[in-house]
Amino acid sequence: MGTGKLPIKNLLRKPGRTCALVLLTAFLALAVFGGSVVVRSLRGGLNSLEARLGADIIVVPGEMASKVDLKELFLQGTVGEYYMKASALDKVREVEGVEIAAPQTYLTSLKADCCAVKVQIIGIDPGVDFTVKPWIDRSLSRDLGDMELAVGCKVSTGVGENLRIYDRSCRVVAKLAETGTGFDTAVYCNMDTMKTLLAAAEEKGIVHRLTSDNGDRISAIYVKVAPGYDVSDIEVRLAAHVRKTKTVRTRTMITDVSESLAGIARTVSLLAVAVWALAFVVLLIAFAMMIAERRREFAVLRLLGTSRGGLTGLILTETALCSLAGGLLGVGVASLAVFPFTTLIESRLGLPYLTPSTGTVLALAGTTLLVTLLVGAIASAFAAWRLSRVDPGTTLREGA
Amino acid sequence: MSMVLRAENLSKQYFRKTGQANCFYAVKDASLALNSGEVTVLMGRSGSGKTTLLHMLSGLLTPTEGKVWLGETDVYGLNDKALSRLRNGKLGVIPQGRSAIDTLTALENILLPAQLAGKGGDIEAAKRWMAALGIEHLSDAMPAELSGGELRRMAIARALAQAPEVILADEPTGDLDDENTERVLTVLRDTAKSDGRAVLIVSHDSEAARYADHVYRMDGGELSPARTTGMN
Ligand SMILES: Nc1ncnc2c1ncn2[C@@H]1O[C@H](COP(=O)(O)OP(=O)(O)OP(=O)(O)O)[C@@H](O)[C@H]1O
Ligand SMILES: [Mg+2]
Repeated sequence: MGTGKLPIKNLLRKPGRTCALVLLTAFLALAVFGGSVVVRSLRGGLNSLEARLGADIIVVPGEMASKVDLKELFLQGTVGEYYMKASALDKVREVEGVEIAAPQTYLTSLKADCCAVKVQIIGIDPGVDFTVKPWIDRSLSRDLGDMELAVGCKVSTGVGENLRIYDRSCRVVAKLAETGTGFDTAVYCNMDTMKTLLAAAEEKGIVHRLTSDNGDRISAIYVKVAPGYDVSDIEVRLAAHVRKTKTVRTRTMITDVSESLAGIARTVSLLAVAVWALAFVVLLIAFAMMIAERRREFAVLRLLGTSRGGLTGLILTETALCSLAGGLLGVGVASLAVFPFTTLIESRLGLPYLTPSTGTVLALAGTTLLVTLLVGAIASAFAAWRLSRVDPGTTLREGA
Repeated sequence: MSMVLRAENLSKQYFRKTGQANCFYAVKDASLALNSGEVTVLMGRSGSGKTTLLHMLSGLLTPTEGKVWLGETDVYGLNDKALSRLRNGKLGVIPQGRSAIDTLTALENILLPAQLAGKGGDIEAAKRWMAALGIEHLSDAMPAELSGGELRRMAIARALAQAPEVILADEPTGDLDDENTERVLTVLRDTAKSDGRAVLIVSHDSEAARYADHVYRMDGGELSPARTTGMN
């Protein structure tokens, strides 16, 4: 026997009861969906950073600040102006076990017409680079030419447009995918372009001329260790062989953060599980109470010819509508709380934060809705089953 | 007049501490037949087992022993779906106490059995029954806005609108004044006589017996015939 529009009427004509159930599920969906998105974003940020840094060891000039600062610098993707002689690169390459050594040169520009924040200019050697090059290759099928730039996703200048840096005009030829770090406001060029820009910066007195070198200077050397060599061994050898430099182990750096992130993720997951468990119990009690309160109503429906299956269907329909409304509301509110404030969350946490793709977000939202529906369904199916074990006549007699 | 509903040695046993015994019979070995076109009144003191018997006759309470036949059908031999369909189509039950669906208006409540059967429901017929019971002006009222007696009459109209073969009414005049008591009993009697329904009325009220073709008494779960002549 069908119950037709009865579930809808029951929900609409008891707004207080309906709102309570909807808000309850909304709260749960909010906690679960919001939590998952934040954890995913942190993981995503870290993964992309790992891929972008991509090196086992980074060699930097010895006068650089302490390693703690360095870690933060790289984690947040901000580079500074510090240089060493280009001869250091040859020294690094002499060390046994170094498979690839790729130089990078950094420069920052306070003024550029593309951005409100300062732009980091990073010079790479397309011939050997293995960190940024793969990212550039996705949108550019050739190497970067002279006075050409590949720009981070947050640089507003589009591909094909020109960007002026230190009064030199550069052409943007590629735009990179998001990392969730300061690298998103970086621009990349080849070493010759970098030399030109450095010279321009020197003319303006922004960077001081290096006395002993003829303009070839580098800020960092990204080292890939050959297979079969221990990274810490190589680190020791580098320190001994290449003077006046410091080394940073990127893997440990990222592992450290990964571990603390895993800690956060575990806490958040645990909280989410606790919220779900609590939610499940609360929903179970809520539905049990709702059904207990409506026992007589359900017995009357049985009396008028509703079958057990029909009654279970009625209860499930009402619950499903409540859960769906609550789930959508919760996911919606969580979205409003999380997505517009990505930058704020990122700066508060001080960690790379990369919002998952739309597909992943939709999948998370779908899963949240599904689980909400499932919890509601289990709770009400259980209550309906308990109800069906008693003859309607027995229920009708109670408190008549 | 053909026999429609028949109870055969019905018993209902409950588990409850009474004196030394752990269980007792709320209804014991009751046999009864309801014929179409006849009104049967069941009287008896509070707690004597009247509601228990009526529920067993309505297919709402599984008997401990005995059988209920509706025509050739063994009511408790049916599966839940078939039994539900039978309650919906052939039995009009007016339970003791409140039985309104709070989220439906009075008219929607009366049309509900038809809607549960997947039919639209005969609004004209529903309104005719409401008029006959003096509640036609309350079509759009919600149950929360109705008095006890008005709710009672709404439940009666709902059972009548089902056009069932058997009407089982548990104290249909409980909340009513003299005038409405007479109105309800007259309507029930008329539907038995002109529509050929088999009607069972449970009542404390000796007034009901005046409308009966048969009167039974319930005493401590034991059923016995009291009289077999009606007012006509
Ligand atoms: N589920 C139950 N468990 C235990 N005892 C029950 C149960 N249902 C009914 N009884 C007992 O069975 C007896 C008959 O109850 P029933 O409701 O049939 O009486 P009644 O004749 O309809 O009374 P009233 O006129 O007050 O409505 C009562 O003593 C009651 O306490
Ligand atoms: Mg009773």
